[in-house]
Amino acid sequence: MTSLPVEGLARPQSLHATDRSDRIYRRVLTGFALGMPLLILIILGVLFVDALPALKRFGPSFLWTSTWDPVAEVYGAAPMIFGTLASSLLALLIAVPLAISVAIFLTEFSPRWLRQPVAFLVELLAAIPSVVYGLWGIFVLIPFLRGYVVPPLKAVFGWTPFLQGVFYGNSLLAGGIILAIMIVPHIAAVSREVLLAVPVSQREAALAMGATRWEAVRSAVLPYGRAGLIGAIILGLGRALGETMAVTMVIGNRHDISISLLQPAYTMAAAIANEFSEATTATYQSALMEVGLILFVITVAVNAIARILIWRVARGAAVGSAAL
Amino acid sequence: MTVVVVLFSFVAVLALVLILGNLVVKGASSIDWAFFTRNPVPAGQSGGGVANAIVGTGIIVGLAALIGVPIGVGAGMYLAEYGSGRLGFLVRFIADVLNGTPSIVVGIVGWTFIVKPTRGYSALAGSVALAILMIPMLARTTEEMVRLVPHSLREAALALGYPRWRTSLKIVARTALGGIVTGCLVGIARVAGETAPLLFTALGNLNFSVDITQPIQTLSLQIYVYATGPFEEWHRLAWASALVLMALVLVISIAARWVTRQRYGRFR
Repeated sequence: MTSLPVEGLARPQSLHATDRSDRIYRRVLTGFALGMPLLILIILGVLFVDALPALKRFGPSFLWTSTWDPVAEVYGAAPMIFGTLASSLLALLIAVPLAISVAIFLTEFSPRWLRQPVAFLVELLAAIPSVVYGLWGIFVLIPFLRGYVVPPLKAVFGWTPFLQGVFYGNSLLAGGIILAIMIVPHIAAVSREVLLAVPVSQREAALAMGATRWEAVRSAVLPYGRAGLIGAIILGLGRALGETMAVTMVIGNRHDISISLLQPAYTMAAAIANEFSEATTATYQSALMEVGLILFVITVAVNAIARILIWRVARGAAVGSAAL
Repeated sequence: MTVVVVLFSFVAVLALVLILGNLVVKGASSIDWAFFTRNPVPAGQSGGGVANAIVGTGIIVGLAALIGVPIGVGAGMYLAEYGSGRLGFLVRFIADVLNGTPSIVVGIVGWTFIVKPTRGYSALAGSVALAILMIPMLARTTEEMVRLVPHSLREAALALGYPRWRTSLKIVARTALGGIVTGCLVGIARVAGETAPLLFTALGNLNFSVDITQPIQTLSLQIYVYATGPFEEWHRLAWASALVLMALVLVISIAARWVTRQRYGRFR
């Protein structure tokens, strides 16, 4: 709007006052906006200062040692880091095909009347509180897995290292599946907007060459939106890494590294949720703060990468904000 | 491949139907008048309600909105009105990144700033944590809504000699008001279901409390405690609480979206 010569046309006698009130208005808004960078610095600062004792005491070995002993005051975060990554990757493995399918269905194949309702239903999935997913996981998903999924899985793939041990319910598998259900709407919403941003001419060109609709999607639409789709998936990964309540309620919360999906595991967010209020010594608290710092830095990095990729396709748009 | 795509989409929608169906089936039977009007009874006894948690959720979310809405909407107005420069780009980017921040980490911040100095868990600390979660969300939705206002309106006001700030507040923000309110409602609905940032800020409280300097119960904390507890009675109440919380969140979200659609036709 700066290009309009409007301000010069305003009533001359009030010009000066107007100028000043405009400046004040702009400053106030800028102040609010600066709250955002300030916030990220505050979070980082708080976590860093509080984690400092643990950082000094344990050094980098905090990342790869697995003892977590509040009595002996020895802490290593390897099991949680492993559990966080493993559960998130498992979730991506399940969620990505589903979410991308939803996005493709909604933008390419769905009849027009079905688009809004399906998109709305998927967005509702994103509105369900985490703790409700956890409740559902404990009382519906885990009994279902125990009764109908794990026995046949074990019968067929029981020889692999991923399905060793007795399945009690709370496990990496349950955590991964809950996470998958939770991130589907986020990946789907962003992917859908990425695909909507692909120019119609791309599809028309492919169709004009004699491609079927699926071939047009595969050869013209998906490659065009690739960066954005990868961004959407990484965004889902960021969600999964930081998700707390639902995972805490079904993953078993055991400080142990096991490659078997049927065994309990732990995540960084779950450890903070479970142990923070009972962390009585300064070192214990500081160790948990360091876990928080690691988690924060990882999720910020993951989200930043995702946003850059998405912005390359849909520039500057608040993509996916409907499913925030 | 088309069949696979349709099948997978069906599975994703099925998950939602299953979860909502379970909530209604398992939760509805426990909902009666006492559930809304009575406080929890000691563990192991039957009966009791979640009146304290419902009131607590209202207080903590209301307070969070009081703190978060002005900052979030203000930042959104900045992005829409002056956000074309480098600072605007940075703020937008950081808001998007903050939207993905684990809520448990925000809980730590609330603990450090309020709980630690005041030496006590409090509803206020929980509200601050929820407000922090709300701000980047509101900034982005407000910006989007304000951007939908036609340029011609703004130009008309400026051409009449309206100062920039009055144009922004009286014309632009006023026109987008419905959308901004919608964005706020969706943001409020979203944080109303949050649990992780409240674990060590609001803490939870088995008694009825409206004191913001004391620990307070919320529906989400109540569900967590009851779901992970050993008693059948608790599990029953957890399902009922989850149904109430879910209904609250859904009603606000759906109403908000409906309002937007009325105003701008097909949204996006």
